[in-house]
This record gives sequence, structure tokens and C-alpha cells, in this order.
Amino acid sequence: MSLVTPDLGLLFWMVVIFGTVFFLLAKFGFPIITDSLDKRNAKISKSLKDADEIAVLMSDWKVEHARLMEEARREHSAILRSATETKSRIMDEARAKARLETEKMVADAKRQIAAEKESALRDVRKEIALLSVEVAEKILRSELSDESSQRSFIDSLVDEAHQTPLHS
Amino acid sequence: MILAFLISLLLVMPGIGVSVMPGTDQASEIAGQAGNDGGSGEEVDVSEIIFEHIGDEYEWHMATWKGKDIAIPLPCIVIEDGVQVFTLHHAEEHGYKLNENGKLVNARTGKRPIDLSITKNVAALMISSLLLLVVVLITARWYKRHDALEEAPTGLAAAVEPLIAMAHEMARENIGEKDYRKFSPYLCMVFLWILFNNFLGIVPFFPGGANLTGNIAITLVLALFTFFTVNFCGTRHYYKELFNPDVPGFLKPIMPIIEVFSALMKPVSLTVRLFANMLAGHIMILCMVCTIFIVAKYGPALSGGLTLVSVLFGVFLDALECLVAFIQAYVFTTLSSIYIGLARQHEEH
Repeated sequence: MSLVTPDLGLLFWMVVIFGTVFFLLAKFGFPIITDSLDKRNAKISKSLKDADEIAVLMSDWKVEHARLMEEARREHSAILRSATETKSRIMDEARAKARLETEKMVADAKRQIAAEKESALRDVRKEIALLSVEVAEKILRSELSDESSQRSFIDSLVDEAHQTPLHS
Repeated sequence: MILAFLISLLLVMPGIGVSVMPGTDQASEIAGQAGNDGGSGEEVDVSEIIFEHIGDEYEWHMATWKGKDIAIPLPCIVIEDGVQVFTLHHAEEHGYKLNENGKLVNARTGKRPIDLSITKNVAALMISSLLLLVVVLITARWYKRHDALEEAPTGLAAAVEPLIAMAHEMARENIGEKDYRKFSPYLCMVFLWILFNNFLGIVPFFPGGANLTGNIAITLVLALFTFFTVNFCGTRHYYKELFNPDVPGFLKPIMPIIEVFSALMKPVSLTVRLFANMLAGHIMILCMVCTIFIVAKYGPALSGGLTLVSVLFGVFLDALECLVAFIQAYVFTTLSSIYIGLARQHEEH
């Protein structure tokens, strides 16, 4: 039957047409496309490999980063601690100095006050002595205005001189 | 893509489309009319309809309208004492007539001339090949104009690329990293060509509808292309295995015979596999469609029910054919690549 006997004309045309189309596409069609596909495949696999490498690098970096962070944190706290220490030391020192200063000042003031007091006392004493001499003078003058009283005063003085030890 | 084919298929089967929609009485009436138009007289000649569809003819018959055939005339080219070109209508003027197989023969002697006519199949072959050429060249142009490393393909390129990538990958897997590039274009070509024509064969109207991949001449040529590629590109190792395989002494005389026979059987199996699968698919679908017209005379209830059944089966078979169309293209290409891969083996394997 004609169904299973290949027809010569169709065979001929099939060879010609298929051959022509194949020739054209094998020259201008498929290689361009498949080359692009190959290039893209290569790029994709390369990108994947690169991504893997970068991921490894990244994890290394992460470890490094964590280490650095830890170190920085330690350093930070150390600096803080030392700063606090310095601060309290400086404050202590300042406080001690201030106390010394104050004590010195207080002592100076006390000394000065004592000196002032002394000189004031001295002045007062001197004044009192002068005053008493003056008073005595006035009293003497008023009491020795007449002869008798002068005599009696001299007598009393002589008595007094007798009563007291010789050298006075 | 498959869906589009299916939809187009349903749209252009007016017999089915119309008969399902209205009531069963109308359906049978229309089906009956259609049956009368399609066949001769009351009886529907199923085998004639089927053979007309799956066979070849000298003009592209599209429809029969009120007893008149609507067909695209195609040039008949015969070589017998010189080349003669004519259409089928003028065959007798040139001294030719159709024999009982529907082939042109010399009216006087009854002998077949060398017949290079542009038949329906040849015309379909030209159209589909041209279409394939254009599609692939447009795709190639996309890759020439764009950097495939930077942007994803768009439009036609995006549709064709996976198919080409599939064939290319087949070549690489089965032929080997070393020289698959040389054979990749052939495998791409075979894959796309078969796929294209398988699908066009399912489309029932003009540019499609020809039973190309279900024609033994077509599949024979494809298989022979593979056969020659395999046997002209074989390595020394391949020929040694073919004619002087490494077997115990008593098998020495028998093995070459078996090996050569199997080498010759490979193209035959390729030919018959594709041919038979596609032909069977076409026949099954045609049978389902013809059932509608055969049962038209059995009364509304029976014919309506059977029409519904055959429509459902027809849809199922069309879906199946879409699957088969892809699988057969894939199988043919894979086997071709495996055969080429075997022929390209080297000693170290």
C-alpha cells in the first residue's frame, strides 16, 4: 500500500528542503544561539562558584569582624575603667590638696588672729598703764594739794619702803 | 502553546462545534448534512476520508462546499522525456491520469513517471520549513543584537530558546563534552523540525493539517540523515567494534553480522517509530471525528450521545497527540544523539 512505500518525489523534496534549511540554520541560526547559551551557562556556573567563594570569605570576615568587635568592646571598657580610675584619683588628689590648703589657711588665720590679739592686748595694756598713771597722777595731785597730806603721803611711802625688801 | 492548538482545533471543527451546542435533533441533522457533504451518497466512507487526510494529494483539498471541492491547486512536475509542469485539472491534456492509488501515471502506458510534483505534503514541507527558518533566524538575530549575558531573551527568542537549549543539552549529554558542538546544530534542527511539523500536523486547517511526520518518506529521510551522520562521523573505535568486536573466538564470525545488522536497523526503527506514532494519532483523531457522521443516521438519542462521547474522546486524543508530538520529537532527537555518541566513542571508554 502507498502508506508504507516512500514516495520518490516527497523523498527528493524532503532531502532538498531539509538539507537547505539545515545548511542555512547550521550556518546562521543554531551556532549563534547555542554559543550564547553556552556562554550564559558558563557565566552562571562561574557566578555560582564566585558566590560560594564570596560566602566563604564573608563567613571568614564575619568571624574576623566579631573578633574585632569583641576586642574593641574590651578596649572600650578598659579605657572607660582607666578613665574612671584616673578621674577618681585626680579628684582624691584635688580633694587632699584642697584640704591641706584649707588647713594651712586656717592655721595661718589662727596664727594671725593670735598675733592680732596679742598686739591688741599689748595696746590695751599700754593704754591701761598710761591711763592708770594719769589717774594716779590726778589722784595724787588732788590728794597732795595741801601740806599735811603731802607729808602723810611721804610717810606712807617711807613706811612702805621699809616694809618691802631692801633692794626695791 | 498546546492549549492554543487545542482551542484552534476545536474552533475549526465545525461539525463538532455546532453539533454539541444545540439540541440533539439539530445536531444529528447538521451532522447528517455534513456527512452527506463529506462522503458520496448516504453512506460515509470512513476509510476514504481517513486516507485522504493522512495521505498525499496533488492539490490541497480544504473543504467541500455544496458538492464542490475547495482546493488549492499545486503544480505537478513530472519528468519523462523532458520536464512537464501542470495542475491536476490539466493532467489529461498532458497525457497523464491518476491511477487507483491516486498517483499520476502515463495515460497511455500506465507507467509512473519521475514524479517531483509539489504535492500537498511537499507544500506543507516548504511552508513549515520556511516558518522554522524564519523563527530560528529571528531568534538568532535576537542573540546577535543583544548580550545574552546581560538580559533575558524576550518574545520569540524566549519561546524558542528552551527548545534549542533542550536539544543542545541532549547533544552534550549523549555525545560528550569533546565534540558535541559539531553535532548540536543537526540535533537542534531535527528536534525543532519534528516538533514543528508534529504540531502543525495536529492543526486541522490550511498551513497545518498535512500528515508530514506521519509519512514514511519524511521519517525515512530524517532517519537516513541520522544514519549517515553516525556512519560518516564514526571513530576508528566504532568501526572496529562494528566489524571486529572484542569477543571470544567462536563468536568472531557471527558478531560482525549482528553488529552491522543492528546498525542498519537503527534508521529503520527511527523511521517506523516516528511514522507509526504520528500516523496512529492522526487516524485515531479522524476516527473519532468520523464517528459523529457515521452515527448521524441512528436517531437523535443514540447519535447525540455518541457524538458527545466522540467529542470528549476527540478532545482527549488531541491532548494526547500534543503530548505524543513532543515525546516523539524528543525521542527521535535523543536516539539520534545516542547513536552519534556511540559512534564518537574512543578507545579509552
